[in-house]
Amino acid sequence: MNNHNYAYTPADFKSDQEVKWCPGCGNHAILNSVLKAFPEVAAELKYTHERFTIVSGIGCSSRFPYYAKTFGFHGIHGRATAIATGVKVANPKLTVWQVTGDGDALAIGGNHLIHAVRRNIDINILLFNNEIYGLTKGQYSPTSKLGKVTKTSPFGTVEHPFNPGELVLGARGTFFARSVDMELELSKACMVAAAKHDGTSVVEILQNCVIFNDKTFGDFALNRETREEHTIVLRHGEKMVFGKNRDKGLVQIGMKLMVARIGEGGVTIDDILTHNAHEPNPGVHMMLVNMSYPNYPVALGVIRDVPDKTYDDNVRDQVEEVRKQAPIASVDELLRSGDTWEVK
Amino acid sequence: MSKAENITELDDVVIRFSGDSGDGMQLTGTLFADTSALAGNGISTFPDFPAEIRAPQGTISGVSGYQAHIGDHKVNTPGDHCDVLVAMNPAALRANACWLKRGATVIIDADQFNEKSVARAGFATDDPIAELGLAEYNIVAPGITTMTRAALESVNLDLKTITKCKNMFALGICCFLFNRPLDHIEAFIDRKFGRKSAELATANKQALNGGYNYAHNTHAFANTYNIKPASLEPGIYRNISGNQATAWGLIAASEKSGRPLFCGSYPITPATAILEELAKRKDLGVKTLQAEDEIAGICTAIGAAFAGNFAVTSTSGPGLSLKSEALGLAVMTELPLVVVNVQRGGPSTGLPTKTEQSDLMQALWGRNGECPLVVIATSSPSDCFHYAFWAGKIAMEHMTPVILLSDGFTANGSEPWRIPSMKDYPAIKPPIVRHAPEGGFLPYKRDEKRLARSWALPGTKGVEHRIGGLEKDFLKGCISYDPANHQKMVDIRAAKVTRVADFIPRQEVIGPRSGDLLVVGWGGTRGHLYSAVKELQKEGRSVSLCHFNFLSPLPRGVREIFGRFKRIVVCELNMGQMANYLRMSLPEFRYEQYNKVAGQPFTVTELAGEFNRLLNEKSHE
Repeated sequence: MNNHNYAYTPADFKSDQEVKWCPGCGNHAILNSVLKAFPEVAAELKYTHERFTIVSGIGCSSRFPYYAKTFGFHGIHGRATAIATGVKVANPKLTVWQVTGDGDALAIGGNHLIHAVRRNIDINILLFNNEIYGLTKGQYSPTSKLGKVTKTSPFGTVEHPFNPGELVLGARGTFFARSVDMELELSKACMVAAAKHDGTSVVEILQNCVIFNDKTFGDFALNRETREEHTIVLRHGEKMVFGKNRDKGLVQIGMKLMVARIGEGGVTIDDILTHNAHEPNPGVHMMLVNMSYPNYPVALGVIRDVPDKTYDDNVRDQVEEVRKQAPIASVDELLRSGDTWEVK
Repeated sequence: MSKAENITELDDVVIRFSGDSGDGMQLTGTLFADTSALAGNGISTFPDFPAEIRAPQGTISGVSGYQAHIGDHKVNTPGDHCDVLVAMNPAALRANACWLKRGATVIIDADQFNEKSVARAGFATDDPIAELGLAEYNIVAPGITTMTRAALESVNLDLKTITKCKNMFALGICCFLFNRPLDHIEAFIDRKFGRKSAELATANKQALNGGYNYAHNTHAFANTYNIKPASLEPGIYRNISGNQATAWGLIAASEKSGRPLFCGSYPITPATAILEELAKRKDLGVKTLQAEDEIAGICTAIGAAFAGNFAVTSTSGPGLSLKSEALGLAVMTELPLVVVNVQRGGPSTGLPTKTEQSDLMQALWGRNGECPLVVIATSSPSDCFHYAFWAGKIAMEHMTPVILLSDGFTANGSEPWRIPSMKDYPAIKPPIVRHAPEGGFLPYKRDEKRLARSWALPGTKGVEHRIGGLEKDFLKGCISYDPANHQKMVDIRAAKVTRVADFIPRQEVIGPRSGDLLVVGWGGTRGHLYSAVKELQKEGRSVSLCHFNFLSPLPRGVREIFGRFKRIVVCELNMGQMANYLRMSLPEFRYEQYNKVAGQPFTVTELAGEFNRLLNEKSHE
């Protein structure tokens, strides 16, 4: 390992622990994406190996820290976001990665997630969304679709699910990206972009639970024949076009997005929206994260990436600012500040 | 200003200010206490207020009180009963009449004792003084409201604001009565109001002087009183409250260890002032994070501890319940963490502003699994500094979470404190790994003396490791389901905490080392127990006090002390949690109990009575 040119390989981040996820689980692919992303992050941002820290909560996804050779903290259910926040505030030099699932982040840990996003603390949250509880063997999650039949909803759920992107944007999120477990290159690109973003970055990765919720994203994400028709990969500054033949695109009509066929009904490429991930107004981003199969292509890639001041920067700046003005520089001075008197 | 002619010297005096929760009684009491502290008196204070910020005006539930005990010697309690009661309305008089010493002076605002207010306070007749049986007390009843308004006639403020200054008028009267100078209070008023509004500062100062002059000119009091400065150990003194001292003790531990202080916390009565005090100290590099909830408070602190900060979270009973699971994580990951629990009346929301010692069992055992940690208690406002420092030292050097138990009484109370010098405090040396050891880093390898694992901070080259809540391999720290390993880890986590007893002071006894009765207490009851025991010792009774600050592990020497007394009585503001803990820890002794769970501290009178009863019982045997 050479730390001076920040040149690492995926092997440098691979741990010696046996990976114990089920065969066929989407997590294996996500682990590979991370192992590919970290060297790129290190090279681009000039991070040494020992600055990488992974924090997780509880669930299948949260076993992740054991499988990466970085500093790792396997927390308790739902609290990874709070733990990661503490790590980052304590040492802002670290690049802090949180691995979490739909139950961990959106049910038991929902409160911590929205507040981390609101504060814009500079952590990178990888949210593995499989729309099911895997580790407890198949109960519905806050992202399971209405009517989903699971062990705790034998007649179908009667709850509306969260859309993680909508939730993040609603909490004033500055970065949201979405990928699919099997799309290693796209996942890697989203992770690198997340690392570069100053502030809370949430990367939702649609992850297939082969045991309890197999192919839940199958129709639009797994079917190689049709997935290009049902997903759109967004890139900042590029037209929002999709389809095998790149013949479809998104247009805005009033407060709605619509799918249009380029070349039909007078629609030209100029009518198609251009993706602006840096736009502070979340309106279009909100419409993009909410596009769902089958009426719309599911939006993938970096949907929102808006620079803003981070919580950890603000903490550091405030400490520095106050220190510059303050007359108190030690505990001895503190104890003697204010009203005192002498007994002789 | 001329002084009254008849000045009587007093050893000590207890004064209680009471009024509506919007009447500014806490500020009035604090200013009187601070002034007395600056005059060199021994003081001890006790704010006693409701949880409601502004309860219905004029009702008993809205009464806020502040008691100060002032002496020409070191005083150990805020006093049981008061010599002087200031009651700004009928409800305050009715709520506090039970705290009057026989024949005490009662200063009331006559303007507030109208038919409506008297009825609102729940009096059955229109003569509160007679109804409460205070006819023979020294009742002083100036029209404080009217006179405040008159004194501020020239001030350009609305009537409501002017009327609010009546607390300063009452304070002025008290300053005259006890020959207190006004300069400190005036300086405070300038600091507090001056920047906002010069007019408001002037109004408050005029009201203060108005009260003083009224008392002087009208000869409302036959006598005035003086309390000479206490003969205290030489040194620089300041007045300090428990929560402030706790915050400062934590900062001191941070400075000594070289580890930056991080406090993740959620506001909760009566612990909030710790977070507030720490938030002020950015100049000393303190980082505070007001978390979204109690769980986030402790979890951000655990994250900060993992990353190498001296991590702290502050809370009160219900918050400690919420933190239980995360405390288990801190025990499992063996990270340094201080959890300050300022106890209040429970269970559930209980009595947020009242004091109690009923979280001892929760602190000792309130977690899933075999989950031992260190528990320390503070026992006076100023020693919060000392024990907060100790909590930090033990947490960082022994790599363990520490619960520091304070309580509402200690946290809100204040007393003069001889300011220590940090050079007299011991070093704190956390076992930080600076370089990767040869042959690889083992996160759970322990030092032989303390059984503490080392602290390998993210960012340190070559010591990348993973820890978490799952059971750990004895050395490598990776997940282990091995049955023998689990037993070994459970044993060593317990042994690590027990081992702390080698590093804390031996248990001491106050008074003769053997005798008829040993009074046992812990935490914030120290002042009352000490005063009662001293009183009886002066009368020649065979009684000593064994007061605990270190609770888990118990210090060395307890068995020897207990063995030399005929009877042991454990006194606590709960139903017997320490007594039961001692029964399981040192089962060879018989423990009697004296318990009170009324949201109030003990009184010295009741304790002395109980100890006398026990001692007399013995003589009949």
